[in-house]
Parts: sequence; structure tokens; C-alpha cells
Amino acid sequence: MHDRAVAHVKSPPAGTLAGVSLDIWRRLAIAGALAVALAVPFAAKNFFIFQMTLAIIYAIAILGLNLLTGFNGQFSLGHSAFYALGAYTAAIMMEHGGLGYYWTLPAAGMVCFVAGFLFGLPALRLEGIYLALATFALAVAMPQILKSTPLEPWTGGVQGIVIIKPDAPFGLPLNSDQWLYFLSLAVALVLYACAVNLVGSRTGRAMIAIRDHPIAASAMGINVSLYKSLTFGVSALYTGVAGALGAVAISFVAPDSFTFVLAIGLFVGLVVGGVGSIPGTLFGGLFVLFVPNIAEHISKGLAGAAYGVILMLIIYAMPSGAAGLCRLIIGKFVRHGR
Amino acid sequence: MELLLHQVLAGLATGGIYACMALAVVMIYQAIDHLNFAQGEMAMFSTFIAWQLLQWGVPYWAAFVLTIAISFLAGVVIERTVFKPIHKAPVLTHVVMFIALFAIINSAAGFIWDFTIKSVPSPFGTQPLFGQRLISAHDAGMIAVTLVLLVLLYLFFRHTRVGLAMRAAAANPDSARLAGIRVGWMVALGWGMAAAVGSVAGMLIAPVVFLEPNMMLSILLYGFAAAVVGGLTSPGGAVFGGFAVGVVENLAGTFIPYVGRELKLSIALFIIVAVLIVKPSGLFGRRVVTRV
Amino acid sequence: MSACLLEATGICAYYGPTQVLFGLDLRLAEGGITTMLGANGAGKTTMLRALSGMVRATGEIRFRGEPVLGQATEDIVRRGVAHVPEGRGTFTRQTVEENLQIGAMSRRDRKAIPGDIERVYGYFPRLKERRGQQAGTLSGGEQQMLAIGRALMLRPRLMLLDEPSFGLAPMIVAEMFEILRTLNRSEKVSMLLVEQNAALALDLADHAYLIETGRLVMSGPSAEIRGDESIRRSYLGY
Ligand SMILES: Nc1ncnc2c1ncn2[C@@H]1O[C@H](COP(=O)(O)OP(=O)(O)OP(=O)(O)O)[C@@H](O)[C@H]1O
Ligand SMILES: [Mg+2]
Repeated sequence: MHDRAVAHVKSPPAGTLAGVSLDIWRRLAIAGALAVALAVPFAAKNFFIFQMTLAIIYAIAILGLNLLTGFNGQFSLGHSAFYALGAYTAAIMMEHGGLGYYWTLPAAGMVCFVAGFLFGLPALRLEGIYLALATFALAVAMPQILKSTPLEPWTGGVQGIVIIKPDAPFGLPLNSDQWLYFLSLAVALVLYACAVNLVGSRTGRAMIAIRDHPIAASAMGINVSLYKSLTFGVSALYTGVAGALGAVAISFVAPDSFTFVLAIGLFVGLVVGGVGSIPGTLFGGLFVLFVPNIAEHISKGLAGAAYGVILMLIIYAMPSGAAGLCRLIIGKFVRHGR
Repeated sequence: MELLLHQVLAGLATGGIYACMALAVVMIYQAIDHLNFAQGEMAMFSTFIAWQLLQWGVPYWAAFVLTIAISFLAGVVIERTVFKPIHKAPVLTHVVMFIALFAIINSAAGFIWDFTIKSVPSPFGTQPLFGQRLISAHDAGMIAVTLVLLVLLYLFFRHTRVGLAMRAAAANPDSARLAGIRVGWMVALGWGMAAAVGSVAGMLIAPVVFLEPNMMLSILLYGFAAAVVGGLTSPGGAVFGGFAVGVVENLAGTFIPYVGRELKLSIALFIIVAVLIVKPSGLFGRRVVTRV
Repeated sequence: MSACLLEATGICAYYGPTQVLFGLDLRLAEGGITTMLGANGAGKTTMLRALSGMVRATGEIRFRGEPVLGQATEDIVRRGVAHVPEGRGTFTRQTVEENLQIGAMSRRDRKAIPGDIERVYGYFPRLKERRGQQAGTLSGGEQQMLAIGRALMLRPRLMLLDEPSFGLAPMIVAEMFEILRTLNRSEKVSMLLVEQNAALALDLADHAYLIETGRLVMSGPSAEIRGDESIRRSYLGY
């Protein structure tokens, strides 16, 4: 029954560019990006590889946020909380359970899914700025909760938990930075493929219908509450997996790595990448990782100001994010099929 | 019982801070329909300006008035230069711009005045009021100023032409334009007034928490919370919300065993979210009716 | 032909990339009532919006001889063009009286405002009874009266009226049109009236324009158009 409530699913633009169909170009672009991604660990220094690993991880977290905000229209300024939950789940499992890091990823995903779903239930009553505030409160509370005395035996309090950095398995000729990079890339590929499928599925169309016309969607028989909470869960799952990967990659978790600053960072990454765009989240990940460094480079004392100015300029230049800009540019050159 | 009373009083004193900030938050929300995440930083910067003026030997009340005027102008200028170009952009874009503004102001304040804490004098003195330790003269003065501000704002919006024009522009911009109201300038005016109210809040808060670039982080959050609990459309509600949040925070810290002190902030926020869930438009807010 | 108050030539208007008006011409006589008729979606509302600078448009618009196209809505309004928009544009949370005050917001002669409010109440006594009531709680017809009253508070030279009869009972419509006629005569307000009720509009107006999908079909004195059987059948449907 849902199909009649289908709102505007932004289907990829059709047409041709230089005589080749856009679909082929898209495949070429993905293949090209993948080739570059695979070459990075063999061409770059370890620190750069490590940075790219983090960029991929942030991109996954932003993708999670995008599923919630971009495709379902729910705000969150608190996704650092789910990132932290994923990271701590991984760290505690490894530290106290003695489990291998590969087990922690699905576990972190499940824990965060449940947490996100449960948080999504009361959040149903909140909209727009109110939801933003509630989630922001979550982001602010999270580090305090992690530091609190009752949890200290598990979380290590302010000190956090140090994890052992994993080596490549099966005697692969890779150092641990290279291995973590490939691991993150592989996880990202799986999660991105799932996200693309989800957004294109009936469920995805219901999510989008709820974003665009909540009242009409419920009149069409879509269970709005269920879908909204589920989307919250899935979104938290993505961000939680990213958090677990991040914990493994940095081999350390501490409460102060997961303050609201991280939540804001993810949110900014979402907007500059493009709200409602899946490839845009990659740009968002790169932005979150590199722009603060660039700002620091411009001026040590005024790094924050440089960051702010860069951010403003980006918003003026690309009001709908990197994805919007790409769409605009492609639109200029594309011939539309009749 | 005595402890309870004392904690309520102490809560009212801190609540005065939040009420001040919440009032500024509601002001700008009325004018531009957005929560300004950089509001705390703007107030902080204004307070630094006041401190600088005091350092230069300007008498307190002159510095006070001058700071308000400068802040008002700065608010107008920020709107005209930074936000006017994106006034039609969606909420998310606005939030990002507020974050950018936040970063710029915070970093600029640290750059100009560095991150060491500075003390700002209180115009009311810090001696205890009526010989008890819980509410000082400054706390009482702060609460009084907040209430006066509230009354002034009420009179301005209810009984002046400009106030009515601002309300019209915020409620229905298209229709306001058709009445010849310069909506863009009304928004700028709203920014100016919010900055001015924020500067008063900053100058009153600084004697209590000390002046430094990060002083407003948690206060703004409480200010938001207070504004939201009271209902974003109601200045009186915001002030009430401020006092309520202050009291709740204090009581939670004292009476919830074991985790109360550590998780004071979290508990306060939790209660706020709970209020919102029961009453999504806040205690005194108007429910915005949306049509299909 | 009397003096020309407003002259629009070659108006094209756009919503984003879609063009809605295709070179419309329009002349409004000083002191006259002109009506613009056309089917749903013909572009009548858009034309009014173009005249008051609310939609992107090209061409030329002269109001009292001066070019106004491209000016901000506020500035056009301040020249004396009062637009009573489709949907009435009520300030729902403000009281009836505040709505009227909002209408006078751009005026400099503040002393005269209370007197004008009383005059509006004179035309619409029902508004006076409800002066302290929240405008959003008025009935549709009362809101329409309020919208016209708000426009009058501007002391306009020209009123652009977008379907003032929309959703009103026939009796109230007749009453309202009578008031419009009085306003035109006694307050010297020229009018451009967009209406679905062609018969009524042609009765009131002295000149009429007929448009279809953003283009002019014909124009002429109302009496002629009313008298032309074939036009009535094919365009006006009565
Ligand atoms: N905001 C808008 N965005 C895009 N297209 C619009 C917009 N407003 C109107 N249109 C289109 O412009 C055309 C003319 O609309 P307009 O409102 O001017 O018609 P109208 O003659 O006033 O119709 P009605 O008698 O139904 O009020 C219509 O095809 C409509 O779909
Ligand atoms: Mg119309």
C-alpha cells in the first residue's frame, strides 16, 4: 500500500554526457574512486593512511546521520553519543571480554541499534528544533555519564581504555595502519551498499515520504512511529559501527573524545557534504578530518576563526553542499534523454 | 526542610543566570525563527568589551550602557553581512552558520584577550543579602534586572509601533511586506536586540562565573533548555523556565544520592527532555498548528 | 480615456525555471475599476504578484509614470499599491485592531491613523465588534473584510484584490462588492480585481481583461464583454 504515498525520491539524474549515458559515468566514477582508494595505502605515508582511515570512519558516521536527517527528516545534534557508545562497546568487549576486535563491530552495531531505537521512541514526540535540543542534550550528557563513578570499573573513568592495535591477519604483508585502512574501507563498502539499497527500497520510500509529508504518509497507512524509530535505530547502528572502528583505529577511548564537539562536527560534515546525498557523506568525512587541520595551519591562534570562515565560505559557495554543487555542474553539461 | 529551602534559594540564584540567557534566546527566536547557537559567544564577547572598557577606566554604568549599544550595532551588522544572504536557506544551513559564527567569536576572544580567567565587578556588590549566605546582593540584583528587562520587552512588543512591526514581520513575512514593513530590517533589529539583551546577560553572569572565552558553553545550554521548557514563544515562560531549571539542577545535585553531583547537568537535561515529551511546545508555548 | 495610473507592458513572470506569464500588457485608468478574468491557473494571481514585486518578472511596469519593476515589495507598497492577497494574509495571532495598525505601518502621518481605523470600522461594523479578538479566530468573510480594511489603512491609490469573494456566502459577496464600489467612488481608490465570479466582477468593473495560460485573450469595456454571447460562453461560462 505504501507505494502510493511515494514522495519525491530523488532518482539519479538521467541523460547523457559527451554521448555516454550518465549511468555509465557513475559506474566509472565509482570504479575510479575505488581504484584510488585501493592505491592509497601503497603510495602514502603511514600517518596519511591513518588519516584516511579516520576520514572513512567519519564518513560512515555521517552516512548514519544522513539516513536519519537527510532521508527521514529527523534532526540530530547528538550523534557523538552513538559514536561513543559504539566505541566503548568495542573497547569494553576487548578489554574486559578479551574478544577480538572483529567481533566488536557487529556487537557495537547491535547495541547502538537498540539504543537508537529506544531513544527514537520518545523522540517521536519532538520535532525540529526541539529534537535538536534533546539530541544535543544527549551529546552533552554522554561524556559525563562515561566518566561517572558507577561506570568507572567498566569505562576506566576519565582515563579511558587503551586497546591493542591489531596486526594484519593471515600473515598478510601489511602493516597495521594499512590493514586498518583496508578493514575500514571494506566495512564502508558494505555499509554504503546497504544504504543505497535501503534508500531505494520500499522502506526507503516510506522514510522519504515521512520526511516530506508526514501527515499524508500516515494517512496512506505508513506506520510513521515505527519507521521513525527504526530509522533512528539504523542511523545509530551506522554511527556506532563507525565508533567501534574508530576505537580500534585510534586504539584508545576516553570520554573527552566524544563531547558535543564531535556531534557538531558530524552535523557540519553532513551539511557540507549534502543533506540527503549518499556520496556527499564522503566529502563530509574528509571535511571533518582535514578542515580543522587546515585551519590550524592557517593560523595557530585563530584556528577556530579560520575554521568558521572556511565554513561560511563553503556555505555561500555550495548552499546545498558538495553534492548539490556536483548536481549543478553535471546538470550544466548533461543532455537529457527524451 | 531547611536544606530544601536553602537549595531552592540557591537554585533561584543560579536560575537568574539562565533566565537572563533564556530571555535573549527567545528574543532572537521570535525575530528570526531560529535558535542562535552563537548567542552565548556573542554575550561572552560583549562582556569582554565591557571588561576592556572598565580596564580603560570607564565608570561601570557608562561601560554598561556603551557595551549594550556596541552589542546592538554588532548584532545588526552580523545579520546584514553574514545572515542576510542566506535568509531563505533551510534550518540546517542556518545551524551550520551559527556554528561557524560560534567558532569565529570564540577564537577571536581567545586571541584578543587570551584564555586566562578575568574577574568582572558586580554593580550590586557581592555581600550576602540580609545576612544569609545563599543569595548575595549580586544574585538579587541580577534577578531584578532580568525581571525589569522582561517588563521592558513586554512593553516594547505590546505597545510600540516598531514592536508590532517586528511581530508582524516574524509571524507572516509576506503579508508584512504587503503592509510596507521592511522585513529585512526588522530581522536585523531583532538580532540587534538579542545581542543587546545577551550583553546584559553576559555582564550580569560574569561576576558569578568569571570571564573567559568558554564561560558560556554550559550556560547557553541551560538557557536553551530554559527557553524551551518555558515555550520558545513566550518571554515570560523563558524567565520562569530559567528559574525552574536552576532549582531543578540544584535539587538534583543535592538530593539524588550517589550520582546526583556528578550527573547534575545530565539529570537537568533529562528532566527537560521529559517535560518536552509530555508537553512538546513547552509549558507556556503556543502549539504551532501545521496544515497538510 | 482618463489618465493612466499603471501601465504594464510585456510582463513575463517565472517561478524558478518555469515561465507562467508570457508578455502580458495591462493599463489601469486612474479612478477606475478593472477586472482580470481567467480560468484556474491562468496566471491572475501571478500577475498581481508581478505588479507588487513578489515574483521574478521581466518587462516594464510604470506606476504613475515611474518604473517600479524590480523594486522591493515594500517600496512598491509604499508608493500606494495595496495588495489584498489570495488567502487574505491575516496576522492570525494579532488582534483585529493590531491587524489594522499593521496595515498603516508604512505611513508617516501617525496622528491620522486612529481616525482611519474608525473609518474602516464604519465600513465594516462587524470588525469593530471584534476589535480585540485574535484575527485568526475570525470567520472567512470577516477575515476578508479585515484584509480589505488593512489595505485601506495604507491610504492606497491602487488596490489589487485577489478573489475577494472566495469562500463567502452570496449575500456577503454582494455586500462586499457594494462596499468596494463605495470605496472606489468616495475614497478615489482605483482597483484591479481578480475574480472567479465573472458576472459580478463585470458588473462592478468598467474595464476587463481576459487571460488564458499567461497570455492576453482580449480586453475591452466590461459592458462589451458582458454583451458578447460567444465570449461569455467560451471563456466565462455563464
Ligand atoms: N509558487 C509557485 N511555484 C510554481 N508554480 C506556481 C506557483 N504559483 C503558481 N504557479 C503556477 O503558475 C500558474 C499560474 O498560477 P496562478 O496562481 O497565477 O493562477 P490563477 O490564475 O491565480 O489561478 P486561480 O484562479 O486558481 O487562483 C499555475 O500553473 C500554477 O501552477
Ligand atoms: Mg489565484
